[in-house]
Amino acid sequence: MKQLRAKIVSNKKAGTCFYKMRLASAYLAAGSRPGQFVEIRCARGEDPLLRRPLGVHNIVPGGIEVFYEVVGAGTKLLSAKRAGESLDIIGPLGSGFDIKKGRAANILVAGGIGVAPLVALAGKLSRDKTAAAGMQVLIGAKTKSHVMCEGEFRKYGARVSVSTEDGSRGRKGFITDILKDILGNGLTSGNTAIYSCGPMGMLKAVSRIAREHGIPCQVSLEERMACGVGVCLGCPVKTRDGYKMVCKDGPVFNAEEIAW
Amino acid sequence: MVNLSVGIGKLKLKNPVMAASGTWGFEYGELADIDRLGAVVLKTITLKKRVGNPPPRIYETASGMLNSIGLENGGLDDMIENKLPKLDGAGTRVIVSIAGDTKDDFKKLAARLSKCRRVDALELNLSCPNVVHGVDEGLFAHSEKAVYGIVKAVREATPLTVITKLSPNVTDVKIFAAAAEAGGSDAIALCNTFIGMAIDAETMRPRLGNIIGGLSGPAIKPLSLRAVWEAAKAVDIPIVGIGGIMGWRDAVEFMLSGAAAVQVGTANFVDPRSPAEIVRGLEKYLSKHKIGDVRKLVGAIKLG
Repeated sequence: MKQLRAKIVSNKKAGTCFYKMRLASAYLAAGSRPGQFVEIRCARGEDPLLRRPLGVHNIVPGGIEVFYEVVGAGTKLLSAKRAGESLDIIGPLGSGFDIKKGRAANILVAGGIGVAPLVALAGKLSRDKTAAAGMQVLIGAKTKSHVMCEGEFRKYGARVSVSTEDGSRGRKGFITDILKDILGNGLTSGNTAIYSCGPMGMLKAVSRIAREHGIPCQVSLEERMACGVGVCLGCPVKTRDGYKMVCKDGPVFNAEEIAW
Repeated sequence: MVNLSVGIGKLKLKNPVMAASGTWGFEYGELADIDRLGAVVLKTITLKKRVGNPPPRIYETASGMLNSIGLENGGLDDMIENKLPKLDGAGTRVIVSIAGDTKDDFKKLAARLSKCRRVDALELNLSCPNVVHGVDEGLFAHSEKAVYGIVKAVREATPLTVITKLSPNVTDVKIFAAAAEAGGSDAIALCNTFIGMAIDAETMRPRLGNIIGGLSGPAIKPLSLRAVWEAAKAVDIPIVGIGGIMGWRDAVEFMLSGAAAVQVGTANFVDPRSPAEIVRGLEKYLSKHKIGDVRKLVGAIKLG
């Protein structure tokens, strides 16, 4: 973890209200793992005040990418930044995904902006022959215009399935319906792992399905944060072992740990 | 060559800038250089471990943040066994912030911490807005009698410098500052957070799990500055100014209003280097204004 200034290589609109930003930093490229995040200062002034935690979207030569949705004042300011400007960043922060080597089937389940950290994970998995062969990505979104990063996942060799709540792309309904079907079709549980990121309700459903099939499942959680390192105790999640901090103990947790 | 050192009770600080309770921790590692600071005030501890409030615990508001952490901490034994030893080599003063449900809790905490050689002073947190104490279901800092009683009990239990951190959520801060002084406090710290709340218009729900929380950050600076100014006139003991200090300019303003030292809180979350940068900025300011001693700033506001 370091506090550093990183130059923006690019900051491109990637859909209705989504942006992909590439940051130049050899340190972050070398030190970041899929599932970790960075804290970005969006303004030099005092409003917005706090840094914004953004998941490492991809690890690329000489830097990292973040993928974000414009949801408030901070991300709006971020979206107006141009290539060549630099940002004050603290990172990499938090735990990453615990990648089990040699799993024949890796299922990545994303809901909405939850695709963001899973792309880096897919990139990592694609470099392990066994893992790459059986990689499936399930993307759930509100409408077809909210389906993001499909191309990136395919580039990493994953089979991609899509569901939308309104049926405008892929299967109509929730992504968990597709997950249930896939698991019902006889994948051996001993050789499968699930990694998921998305809204809390979806993660809860995914973890229940995983448990029913005896499949290990890791979830990446989101919570409002201040410090991002575990000092302020502002981002707790209730676990079977009491409150843990999403920033420091997570954001990736074993699904079994969470007190859903 | 300017003098930056200040005295708070028996405590000598190499400069008047401290990290406020709950805003610095070991987790910052090398991001924060505490050796440059006058002191660090550690996150408030209670006798026993405390779990804290349900999430969400923080919400950002205009130039500020609301928090409802709820004094989550590992308790006294954890402080003595795990935290204080890690500060053995630190080149700064260590102030332990304590809170209790009863006067007796405060006494016990003060007595045991007084035996720890790494503890340089105590800060009494009578004013966390996120927990409810015995006094009419409110804060100790909302009862003049409770403030006096707790300070007096702690005073009898410790030879260490005692700083009493008060609440700004009172009718007249002067009365409470005077009560702390009468109880034997060496200094007053003002202000703890201002009680506030935020609501989500879409979901119609409160933004914080605890519904209400404490507001900190630049948004409260003018409010806090006023409280320090009032209290400084009411008591003879030093005031430690806290509230939205982001840069050296804010620190100077607090000292001009009457603060003998300052604490930097929320700014740590924005930039953990802030307190050390404030020390540097303060030094430059004094040189520029040909003020040889930082203590000359205290209460030096020009009126009329």
